[in-house]
Amino acid sequence: MGIIAVSDCLTALRDRAQCALIPFITAGDPDLQTTAAALEVLDQNGADLIELGVPYSDPLADGPVIQAAATRALQRGTRLDQVLEMVQDVTPRLRSPLILFTYYNPILNRGISTFLKQIKDAGVAGLVVPDLPLEEAESLLQPAAAIGIEVILLVAPTSPTERIQQIVQQSQGFIYLVSVTGVTGMRSQIQTRVRDLLLELRELTDKSIGVGFGIAHPDQAKQVMEWGADAVIVGSAFVKRLAEGHPNQGLQTIAQFSRSLKAAITDA
Amino acid sequence: MTTTPLPRLQTTLEAAPQRPDALGRFGRFGGKYVPETLMPALAELETAFHAYKNEPGFQQELQGLMRDYVGRPSPLYFAERLTTHYGRGDRPSPQIYLKREDLNHTGAHKINNALAQVLLAQRMGKRRIIAETGAGQHGVATATVCARFGLDCIIYMGVHDMERQSLNVFRMRLMGAEVRPVSAGTGTLKDATSEAIRDWVTNVETTHYILGSVAGPHPYPMIVRDFQAVIGQETRAQCLEKWGGLPDILLACVGGGSNAMGLFHEFIDEPTVRLIGVEAAGEGVDTEKHAATLTRGRVGVLHGAMSYLLQDAEGQVIEPYSISAGLDYPGVGPEHSFLKDWERAEYYGITDAAALEGFQRLSRLEGIIPALETAHAIAYLDTLCPQLDGSPRIVINCSGRGDKDVQTVTQLLNLG
Repeated sequence: MGIIAVSDCLTALRDRAQCALIPFITAGDPDLQTTAAALEVLDQNGADLIELGVPYSDPLADGPVIQAAATRALQRGTRLDQVLEMVQDVTPRLRSPLILFTYYNPILNRGISTFLKQIKDAGVAGLVVPDLPLEEAESLLQPAAAIGIEVILLVAPTSPTERIQQIVQQSQGFIYLVSVTGVTGMRSQIQTRVRDLLLELRELTDKSIGVGFGIAHPDQAKQVMEWGADAVIVGSAFVKRLAEGHPNQGLQTIAQFSRSLKAAITDA
Repeated sequence: MTTTPLPRLQTTLEAAPQRPDALGRFGRFGGKYVPETLMPALAELETAFHAYKNEPGFQQELQGLMRDYVGRPSPLYFAERLTTHYGRGDRPSPQIYLKREDLNHTGAHKINNALAQVLLAQRMGKRRIIAETGAGQHGVATATVCARFGLDCIIYMGVHDMERQSLNVFRMRLMGAEVRPVSAGTGTLKDATSEAIRDWVTNVETTHYILGSVAGPHPYPMIVRDFQAVIGQETRAQCLEKWGGLPDILLACVGGGSNAMGLFHEFIDEPTVRLIGVEAAGEGVDTEKHAATLTRGRVGVLHGAMSYLLQDAEGQVIEPYSISAGLDYPGVGPEHSFLKDWERAEYYGITDAAALEGFQRLSRLEGIIPALETAHAIAYLDTLCPQLDGSPRIVINCSGRGDKDVQTVTQLLNLG
């Protein structure tokens, strides 16, 4: 079975008037075996796509929960090759396209074309690089497009309209709308300006729009869906649940949580 | 200590491109590798910098404060006994001068940049100031200018650095700044910088980030360099006044590299002036405990800029090590990486042990206690002077005073 493109997956869902759920977990926390199991559990419990974070020593865009998960994963000795081996093993069994979330330095260190080829071979469909804004993304966008990896660019609440226009034009897969001025992490409320940003984006593009950073509860996911998002991305809330207690317990908890999120954005 | 190859002479510098270019690049180095949220703020900062840099009102206020508050110009001091120490009897020998940035208010060059940036922040309408600090000198400088202008000030500092620079922590708090401990990683400058960037991402609409080195995303390496360039500009005038010519060799320590860029910038297009940066070699560049980024690093991206970087085979950033908190950083300003590749500047490492000797030598011979950072540059004279012919004039950037380090050094030296 070939890899389903991120954009195709989202378009198909939109055609059925469905909002996608994209859970995020950190690879190697608590260990890669659990990560592999978690990918399957999420796939079977409401996830439409899954974002997998590659642990990095200096995660500038991440709040305390994902920072801590990355630190733990690195302390266990998690390496990129092992992550990709695990991904290669698991992706044939997944229905959901897999999006890799990684900072730029590990890509640069490996060499852009080598990195892209390796993740493509492992079955990855999309790529998010949080410290690579549009101005620096050119070196990645072309080779990624050539090999068939969709690079998803981010739009922030602070982005002016002219920038947004350029970003939506270049972004592949979908437009990742950052819902807060800040780093990743659970927030108690989603700012109402996300609604305005969604309206603004909708005027500018037909591409799918995913909203992430800060969404932690089913009712927030529902809110964002009602404001017009095509996809809801939930990270820290999954990472935190998976890290609590015994891995088996964590897996059960995220299965339940994933189902509750999907239910919240599915009701008609 | 590394051995010194003979430098390749620079004869043609005409080809020098504008630095940085429109994308904030020094050759392949620099750029803006930051979350999208910060991009508009970086653009706003760059616009403000260009708008005010040469604006008469801004310059008048800055010059007035530089003179009356900071105490500029800082003297260019002939270090007579240090010169004698490296002398060769009756034969010609190197003449050593110190650019006394340690005499600035707050005791280091850091105030030059902090003061200028706070004037920019005011004009941008930002009333909340954040900064990172390693040795605490930049934190103290930022706390100082915030007190002077009545601005909210939050300083991020690694827990390990707070311990070894406790005097500076007290000074910052005394002036009303909030010092936020950062315990991630090794609790040093890298981790404090990451945390300051996270704060900025979160509070970018109300906050100005006074970055303290020629590092970080564009436009910081350019802004900090230009605000520190006063060091080299004064040096040129003072050399002209003292001997009617240029210096032959400039010597400065390099962590992120702001005091070195401040001294070098004025002389980059003067091919006869040799530029030497001294990094922290910790326990030796062949051990795992050092901070010699330009000597041992590979090209990578950290804190928003592409530059040389201490990283492992996976591209994970390595925790650096140095006795000196201000040099204990795994990255380096992108323009230094450019100057190294261009072979316009040379960079060497000095170990903790050699730096401690330099620290004592300047104290005993000149009655000047240098910062441990500065002591690395002083210590390099031991390697440099025996290689030199004639009587070249060496200007060392005496970038900071060492009061803050006395506690650390006390534990290491037994002076009986």
